[in-house]
Amino acid sequence: MKKIILSLAFLALPALSAASGGEGYPLLTAPIDSHNKASLQRGAKLFVNYCMGCHSLEHQRYNRMARDIGLTDEQVKENLIFTDAKVGETMKNAMVKSEAKDWFGVVPPDLTLIARSRGDDYLYTYLLTFYEDPSRPFGVNNAAFPNAGMPHVLWDLQGMQKPVYAVHKDAEGHEVKTIQGFELTQPGSMSPPQFKESMADLVNFLSYVGEPIKLERQRIGVWVILFLALAFVVFYLLKKEYWKDVH
Amino acid sequence: MANTQGTTGLLGWIDERFPLTKSIREHLTEYYAPKNFNIWYFFGSLALLVLVNQILTGIWLTMSYKPSAADAFASVEYIMRDVDWGWLIRYMHSTGASAFFVVVYLHMFRALIYGSYKKPRELIWIFGVLIFLALMAEAFMGYLLPWGQMSYWGAQVIISLFSAIPGIGQDLSLWIRGDYVVSDATLNRFFSLHVIALPLVLLGLVVAHILALHEVGSNNPDGVEIKKVKGADGIPLDGIPFHPYYTVKDLVGVVVFLIFFSVVIFFMPEMGGYFLEHPNFDPADPLKTPPHIAPVWYFTPFYAMLRAVPDKLGGVITMIGAIVILFFLPWLDRSPVKSIRYRGFSFKLALTAFAVSFLILGYLGALPPSPGRTTLAQTCTVIYFAFFFVLPFLPAFEKTKPVPERVTEQ
Repeated sequence: MKKIILSLAFLALPALSAASGGEGYPLLTAPIDSHNKASLQRGAKLFVNYCMGCHSLEHQRYNRMARDIGLTDEQVKENLIFTDAKVGETMKNAMVKSEAKDWFGVVPPDLTLIARSRGDDYLYTYLLTFYEDPSRPFGVNNAAFPNAGMPHVLWDLQGMQKPVYAVHKDAEGHEVKTIQGFELTQPGSMSPPQFKESMADLVNFLSYVGEPIKLERQRIGVWVILFLALAFVVFYLLKKEYWKDVH
Repeated sequence: MANTQGTTGLLGWIDERFPLTKSIREHLTEYYAPKNFNIWYFFGSLALLVLVNQILTGIWLTMSYKPSAADAFASVEYIMRDVDWGWLIRYMHSTGASAFFVVVYLHMFRALIYGSYKKPRELIWIFGVLIFLALMAEAFMGYLLPWGQMSYWGAQVIISLFSAIPGIGQDLSLWIRGDYVVSDATLNRFFSLHVIALPLVLLGLVVAHILALHEVGSNNPDGVEIKKVKGADGIPLDGIPFHPYYTVKDLVGVVVFLIFFSVVIFFMPEMGGYFLEHPNFDPADPLKTPPHIAPVWYFTPFYAMLRAVPDKLGGVITMIGAIVILFFLPWLDRSPVKSIRYRGFSFKLALTAFAVSFLILGYLGALPPSPGRTTLAQTCTVIYFAFFFVLPFLPAFEKTKPVPERVTEQ
């Protein structure tokens, strides 16, 4: 019995490391452009419609978002605020944490900084790799985050897919099954290219929320470095002038 | 009425009551530094610049930061989003911490290659190592404050090291934390130590470091004592006044440093996860241990040594020993020649092996351990300590070159 438990524990180990974003399904590259405001607006719309029921953005203010992604406060109030929040408040939701824990096994995390802790590519891969798995409580599993507690909330957009496995041998000669790709079993309201584009929009939005100042700091940075380059010339000539008499 | 400094008017009035002109002369306009400083000599003034940066940005961060387990993480995001220019101040502080170690490591390496720790500069070196120690404590405690996952678990790991000490270990680590796990109590006391106690210690040590330096005078890339050859006016022939010559030269170094510093702040503030670790953007969760706990890059060489020793107490002793042994360097190196320019092949080989092993240890300390990596870390740890053990015996067979009387032209 002990042996069985031990071997089970070892079987679970690769899954544990994959769950942490270690080895596992290869990460896809998120095709995002943080300057594209239309994409950010579509991402914001997807977020408030599909994610915000469970996931808050508790450090992100609605009006800051409006200003940064090219919307007016009025547009945000009418289209993106579904709670009784004021436009100057942060993007919280009404979910009760203790109940959420009963439903999903974990409290759905706040996503303000998720793009900074996991990376854009991980989020993009995660969103695209939900697949059918009847052994899981919600009937779906995820290739980027095995045994994720989250249901496939975007299934009506993406449809359902099943994994295509490849079998190969590991270093110790055991056969291992790894996911090679996916096959659509039930179409959704979007075509696969449309869904990928939407997920890129959503990741783009989360990436913005992770660090709203990013574009501004890069813009300022160019001028700071140009100023310093000029200062370098001035100070270098000053040094040369002073040091003329040192022999 | 003229005073001893020959100043009159308001300045004269001050000079009769306070050594203003006297200090400026002693430490700047009549402090004679060797004229042959090279690029390695920028890092002392840069360390001072970064210290000032850390203190100033730290003061402003403290105005908005909340040192409590409930509010700390959110208050950092408040600084990043709602405080005017808060993001810049925070990135200057977080990047400044790493920059501090970059310049201090280079500054220490300079001392190694030019023998700046040798007689009569032993105390400068000892104050320097004390600054390095205080800086490590300061950085460690500061890293807890954002209260992210790495803040929390890094502190948990390092504080638990004290529990390896026989007898008092458990009580000692409990006393440091103020709780059975890292908690609100720990965060509060680390905040206090980070913003008041350690900066005071650091400033005091920096003053002692500079006073000791100005008492004996600076070393130089030739390892020649410029005070041995003085002109008729009593001024070293190879010395030039620190101000204006080295102030204008250091300004050039400052601008070049600021360019690198700004590239990080404005374009890569996380520095690929080395300056701001990715898991630290997840709030501290005492119930969820991250799969891989890595310290920030400047601690990784010592962390690799800790892990290289299979026994916990042995690892702690090795890690502490790696720093303590630095204090003895001035007496372990018995060669009469200071600069690497005139030292033999054996010293160059030993120093290269030492530096390379330190870099490899730094690389390994950032990675999860594996059997191969542990063997490599053990080898490098042995080389690190071997450097200090072979130094006393080097003069027996080291072929040194003759040291010139005066500094050489570049």
